[in-house]
Amino acid sequence: MNTFKLLVASASALALTAPAALAEWQPKKPVEFIIMAGTGGGADQIARLLQGLIQKKDLSPRPFIPINKPGGSGAEALRYMQDKAGDNHTVMMTLNSFYTTPIIQEDLGIDVTEFTPIGLMAMDTFLLWVNTDREDITDLDSFNAAVSEAGKNWKVGGTGSGQEDSVLTAMMEAEFGYDVTYIPFPGGGTVAKNLVGNQIDSTVNNPAEQMEFWRAGNTKPLVQFSAERMPAFPDVPTAKELGVEIEYYMQRSVNGPPDMDPEAVEWYVNLFQELFDSEEWQAFCKSDGLTCEKMMKGEDLATFHENQKVAHEKLIEKVGAGAITGE
Amino acid sequence: MTVRTAELLMAITTLLVSLGLMLNVYTDDLSIGWVRGRGPGAGMWPFWLSAGMALASVATLVRWAQKKTPESRNTDPYISRDTIFLVSISAGSVLALLIMMTFIGTYLALVVFMLFFVRFMGRHSWPMTLGFAIGTPIFVYLLFEVALTKYLPKGLPIFEDAFLWVDNFRYEWFY
Amino acid sequence: METVLVSLGSGLLEAFQPLNLMMIFAGCLAGLFVGCMPGLGSVNGVAILLPITFLVPPTTAIIFLAALYYGAMYGGAISSITLGIPGASTAVATVFDGRPMAQQGKADQALMAAAIASFIGGTVSIILFTLFAPPLAAFALKFGPQEEFALMLLAFATFIGLGGDDIPKTIFSILLGLVLAAVGFDIISGSPRLIFFDMVEFQRGIGFLVLAIGIYGIGEMLWTLETTSGKVQMHNVKISMSRMKENFKQIRQYINSTWLGSFLGFFVGTLPAAGATPAALMSYGLSKTFSKDPDSFGKGNVAGVAAPEAANNAASTGSMLPMITLGIPGSPTTAILLGGMIIWGLRPGPLLFTESPDFVWGLIGSMYVANAVTVVLNIALIPVFIRVLAMPFTLLTPIIFTLCVLGVFATTDRMFDTWIMLIIGIVGYLMRKLNYPVAPAVLAIVLGPLAERSLRQSLISAQGDATTFITRPISLVCICLALALVLFPVVQRILRKRKKAAESRA
Repeated sequence: MNTFKLLVASASALALTAPAALAEWQPKKPVEFIIMAGTGGGADQIARLLQGLIQKKDLSPRPFIPINKPGGSGAEALRYMQDKAGDNHTVMMTLNSFYTTPIIQEDLGIDVTEFTPIGLMAMDTFLLWVNTDREDITDLDSFNAAVSEAGKNWKVGGTGSGQEDSVLTAMMEAEFGYDVTYIPFPGGGTVAKNLVGNQIDSTVNNPAEQMEFWRAGNTKPLVQFSAERMPAFPDVPTAKELGVEIEYYMQRSVNGPPDMDPEAVEWYVNLFQELFDSEEWQAFCKSDGLTCEKMMKGEDLATFHENQKVAHEKLIEKVGAGAITGE
Repeated sequence: MTVRTAELLMAITTLLVSLGLMLNVYTDDLSIGWVRGRGPGAGMWPFWLSAGMALASVATLVRWAQKKTPESRNTDPYISRDTIFLVSISAGSVLALLIMMTFIGTYLALVVFMLFFVRFMGRHSWPMTLGFAIGTPIFVYLLFEVALTKYLPKGLPIFEDAFLWVDNFRYEWFY
Repeated sequence: METVLVSLGSGLLEAFQPLNLMMIFAGCLAGLFVGCMPGLGSVNGVAILLPITFLVPPTTAIIFLAALYYGAMYGGAISSITLGIPGASTAVATVFDGRPMAQQGKADQALMAAAIASFIGGTVSIILFTLFAPPLAAFALKFGPQEEFALMLLAFATFIGLGGDDIPKTIFSILLGLVLAAVGFDIISGSPRLIFFDMVEFQRGIGFLVLAIGIYGIGEMLWTLETTSGKVQMHNVKISMSRMKENFKQIRQYINSTWLGSFLGFFVGTLPAAGATPAALMSYGLSKTFSKDPDSFGKGNVAGVAAPEAANNAASTGSMLPMITLGIPGSPTTAILLGGMIIWGLRPGPLLFTESPDFVWGLIGSMYVANAVTVVLNIALIPVFIRVLAMPFTLLTPIIFTLCVLGVFATTDRMFDTWIMLIIGIVGYLMRKLNYPVAPAVLAIVLGPLAERSLRQSLISAQGDATTFITRPISLVCICLALALVLFPVVQRILRKRKKAAESRA
């Protein structure tokens, strides 16, 4: 098996790292791959997949070490990156708490636009899900009718106050004028389980976390919150089609600490571009309902972050931080 | 210090710590009461449990005053002269290890730590001492750095560079 | 039934493929090694070895990782017994009696009991798994936050007897553990709590391992240094074939606890939120409550080693159930295994059983084999583990300290936690000298977050109506059982007194 590994490694080294070897900068020590969420979640899965691919394809002379820093909805990770300013051997896998956490926790003193953007690996989307047992709910209108009737008795499950799905739930409450009970659970998997077990009535979840229950006929999507219908869900209308102005995405981008050397940034951008274009990554995007058409990087990504930051500030102002944090 | 005094001081400390915890929760603007329609607020659990800690500390104080606990009747020294040396030197060595790890890096720190324990505390022979002082860092390197891909603290940049110079051979020879 | 047997047969055949068999062996050995290092549990091993498995077919890969997971479960008991440091939260209860046994020179008996109990627990659990996976998965879905909270009450009720003789100090210790567990970010309200000195590191919370290694590693070591004045070491055990045989015969003393632990462990393990730690603790508590000689627990009763070990192995198999049938992790380690399955192109979820039967049955088959391999390895290695105890203290102490520091660092990758560990260790030592029991604090920090979260989730979902716990049948049953457990020792004492009184009269 070792010989096999060696063969694979050297073959892929010849094929793939040849152009990379020409670049001036290369990591001199293991790269800390910070994940701003806990083990087992979406961000963690993606980071570990990327790390595995780097190792499998031998894309880096030094290993990438995934390190979870989930504390305080990513506050711990953000602060860690801030303190690592100028370090060329740390990159971070982010999700939307990248924007929301510094807004909700003002005294953290983090401005994410100072971070070094590397690459936007994927955009994740959200759908509204209910249990298939609810035969009375077939579309958004019947859903809204059921929620309005139940009022506070309507239980929405989510992954925690201040997380993306709580923002989206708050947006829906503001849009449709009802007030539901939001129950936080640790992780999207637990939410899915509670929806299947009828412990909660509805949830907004990423496709990956519900896909299998949907295929097994346990849950059904009602609306998707993307601009266009996703290939995986051709029959589910978008909110916009129904005349509801809600569009929300989860970005999954890789960023470095502030003030990274440009040569290092170039190396990382090339690395993640290669990963992005790989068959494995594209297959993963497809099966998990992620949107990965073109990797956004450099200035584009910086602008994207800036826009997202402003958008989230507005959003939180509109629905009120209290509606998101729950108390 | 006798065991009796130590129990008093400990009970006072635990009381102060409990009150401090309560204050910490209270000043953080966490809701310590029952939120209508939601159940306990964010601060209820830590606040009232800390209050319970304070009560338990008071109970210990009362029992101390009434000489009800065996410790409150015990006038032996809390830590005897012999053990204070042994215990403080052991705890101190861990402290020193942590400080050294921060400045000169894990591996050098381990060499010094092992030299200290094996040679100066244990008075083992020099071959044994050197075996441990060199063997431990190598074992740690192989287990944590190579097998488990953990990046242990390397200390100040100069020590980190020295480590990386050595570490480089691993990548050049084995990969 | 027949289809199950046929599938199982093909699964076992799969497990006996030369490559797979080799991987089982390698996985068990690696797991044992990682598991017996304090701080490096199966989570570390599985997470780190995951990428290696890209080079082999998925079934072989999951077999390797499952074997590693299994080996680590056994390994946790080894450091609990020989060093007195629980390698993982699942092995905490093993320390309670394992450590005293080692000090009495009975480490080999404890290790033997741990190995055999683990084997029985694991095997019972796999058989239940094979036969009842789908209906159990359906039952697990009925467990909402209310039921979880009731289960936590039940877990707490089993510890009633675990405290020391000083009631206010025991209460203080439990409450301290519960409060320390609340440090960090509150997921229900999203607000930070108890962030001391405004240090952002506290937002992560104080991990269980930091507390356990601080108290049992540093604190226990200081305590041992004091009681032995650094001179006397634990009794050296001479291992001989006849002694091993004798140890094996001891099985009668702990067989009941082992059965109890096996069934309880499997059941608790299948519930997605609970996992192996509460299972092991509950099993220990129940064995003590129903023992003929409850006072000997905590002083080196072999049943106190067997009960939690049977339960944690049964539960680790049990926690594979929600993973395989629903695609929901029952523990952090299974969460990473799930990630692995996704990377290999499998789709964990309710359809896995029907869509990838080779994979599922290969995994189940490998669990039978891995269990057998690990028990043999373990018993064969007992003499090696015992050698550790024969080391002079000036060599053992620095090694333990090094493992504690690096183990804590490895769990979270930050020096901050090693400092907390040292502080907790010293404070724990000082408090222990004054008869503050430390075990309740360690238990409380494991169960505290689960209990608080499920309590608040239930009340939010019931809009503050506390009767929700008694109007749901499963939750009501758990609460009644908890009450019965609390009352049981009291009733028992009264009955005994009456019996004595009756005897003296007669």
